[in-house]
Amino acid sequence: MKKTLKRMAALALSVVTLAGSSMIVQAETGYTYGYDWWGDVQYSPDAYKTVAVYTDVELGLDKKLNAPQGLFVTGKSIYLCDTGNNRIIELERKDQDTISLVRIIDHIEGNVANKEFSSPTDIAVSEEGFLYIADKNNNRIVKLDHEGNYMMEFTKPVDATFDQSLSFLPSKIAIDTAGRVYCVATNANKGLIKYENDGTFSGFVGATPVTYNWTDYVWKKLATQEQRAQMESFVPTEYDNIYMDYEGFIYACTTNVTEEDLDSGAANPIRRLNMMGNDILVRNGDWYIIGDLYWGSGGGYEGPSLFTDITAMENDIFFGLDKTRGRLFAYDDQGRMLYCFGGNGNMDGYFKQPSALEHMGHDLLVLDSLDNSITLFTPTEYGNRIYDAIEQFQTGEYEKSGESWQSVMDMNGNYDLAYIGIGRSLLRQEKYREAMDYFRLKLDDDNYSKAFKQYRKEWVEEHIVIIFAGVFLILCVPLAIGKIKEIKREIDHADIFQDEQ
Amino acid sequence: MIASLKNKETYRHYFQTLKFSLYCITHPLDGFWDLTHEKRGSIAAANTILLLTLLARILKLQYTSFIFNKVYWPKVNIFLYLASILFPLALWCVGNWGLTTLFDGKGRLSQVYMATCYGLTPYPLIQFPLIIFSNMVTVDEAEFYSVLSVLSLVWAAMLIMAAMSQIHEYKMSKTLLFTVATGFAMLVMIFILLLFFSMISQGVAYFISLGKELLFRM
Repeated sequence: MKKTLKRMAALALSVVTLAGSSMIVQAETGYTYGYDWWGDVQYSPDAYKTVAVYTDVELGLDKKLNAPQGLFVTGKSIYLCDTGNNRIIELERKDQDTISLVRIIDHIEGNVANKEFSSPTDIAVSEEGFLYIADKNNNRIVKLDHEGNYMMEFTKPVDATFDQSLSFLPSKIAIDTAGRVYCVATNANKGLIKYENDGTFSGFVGATPVTYNWTDYVWKKLATQEQRAQMESFVPTEYDNIYMDYEGFIYACTTNVTEEDLDSGAANPIRRLNMMGNDILVRNGDWYIIGDLYWGSGGGYEGPSLFTDITAMENDIFFGLDKTRGRLFAYDDQGRMLYCFGGNGNMDGYFKQPSALEHMGHDLLVLDSLDNSITLFTPTEYGNRIYDAIEQFQTGEYEKSGESWQSVMDMNGNYDLAYIGIGRSLLRQEKYREAMDYFRLKLDDDNYSKAFKQYRKEWVEEHIVIIFAGVFLILCVPLAIGKIKEIKREIDHADIFQDEQ
Repeated sequence: MIASLKNKETYRHYFQTLKFSLYCITHPLDGFWDLTHEKRGSIAAANTILLLTLLARILKLQYTSFIFNKVYWPKVNIFLYLASILFPLALWCVGNWGLTTLFDGKGRLSQVYMATCYGLTPYPLIQFPLIIFSNMVTVDEAEFYSVLSVLSLVWAAMLIMAAMSQIHEYKMSKTLLFTVATGFAMLVMIFILLLFFSMISQGVAYFISLGKELLFRM
């Protein structure tokens, strides 16, 4: 009897261990996650939820979208480049979940020889309402007025700096407030092509410094002319996409990065360019701005995140769209990752081949060029609390920001930025001791040092008497004791007493 | 042995030999010569210094400000952590003794151990105050901390070199040569140990799985 009991117990135990081990194998997965200081994945509540996915049916189009590439949002209007169908579609967002068709622009009105589009890949709309369209296979960028009448075009730069043997294939464009056009062209790797508003080419902006490693360099020096010609040449990277933010800075992203450069931090797949073309993106985060930190294969997708589009909100939070795993990465103004969500798949909120990203207020629109659809995301309660906290801090409402971060923490206790946010708010409220605790918990040494410096100063000022007393005691008491001992010894050894003995 | 614990002279000798480590770290050549030749050191004192070193290392893990020492607690194994000092130390002593004994080294194994432990003295001596100091500085002043921390290691390394030259009665060039050689000896020993352990663990795993199989079928 006892034996059978034991055997059953052993069997039960082994079943439990087996079940337990299989549970460990099925690791926790989620839609939204972030990284902590250690680089561990921390799953979080969803910051964004899908409102709806819009295809030609929902939008009321006559035919299916065909490999759409470009998306532009201004106000409530959405402009879409239906690249494969050679036309531009204007949509309008009526309310929270309705997007309806306004018009289809399939040809250019007015005095121009070629009235058709050929693979329009991107569109930008200026504040005055002019439409700029990168008409890729027609080798031009056309400027139309709001009714679709031809105004002017920007063509291949006639300049020694542009290789005339290459055809001009504008793929992505951005317009600044003065009507200057910045263009990413296929084959042109010297940076962004910049045109003045009258159509003259005014040079390249934001070329990336050429990187090479020393072994390659030495090999090239040793190689013969023929061998050298066969080797890969050191060229600056091409940009994939650009976005003009509300301040007139250009966010640019590139997928021409190597894994080694991403690992070492040499590659900057996301940049923020000023007028001089210098990268001014703030990178104060614990990790490089490279999207996913772990590139292991999962579901057949391998390799680093490759940012194919980027958008930046008015609160300086920017989103990168990763085409490898179909994920969206959000970073704050300090370059710290807020969260990441999305994935490859067929469900709502997952993508097949995301190609463009735009934002409308806090909502996000993602264009999928294989699924031929637009996905509309809106922040959840959790996402909104994060935005509130960040925006309140930016406008100087530190106390409120702290409260908002506290409410974020109530929903997600594993969120480093909530702790640091509360800490920064306390720091501004001059509650240094409390701030230090929050920073210590999430290993933020820079902010901790700021708080500690002030705390130390206060502490020293309060305890100055005790400190001086302590120093006095440490220095003077041994001196005094030594002196007394010396005197005692002198007395003991004094001649007058010696004589008596 | 136990009787000697009641003897006041034992303690006096112990403290004297412990105090001698302070002389050694400031006068290494003279100090380490006297350590063995004048019998001014003791194994008990060496053990104490080693214990203090281990203690410094553990306390450092817990109490150093997170600015300088961020600890991923889920992965900390205190025994492995201590072994990270004790194991190389053991390898060093055995390797060094094994080599030098073949090449006119005058030191015995116990003396190599004692001298090495005496050489470690600067580590606890500097690290203990550094633990307190680390909690009083910000990242801007981190340089002071790292300089002192490196100093404790460099100083200890130089002392161990000096100790080896004195106890084996080697010249500096020969000491350098044998320090490098000991390094190689340590690598060889690690290799053999790895081989040994992997074989043993496979053997053990075999019998464990055999046992499990038997249990399942009973």
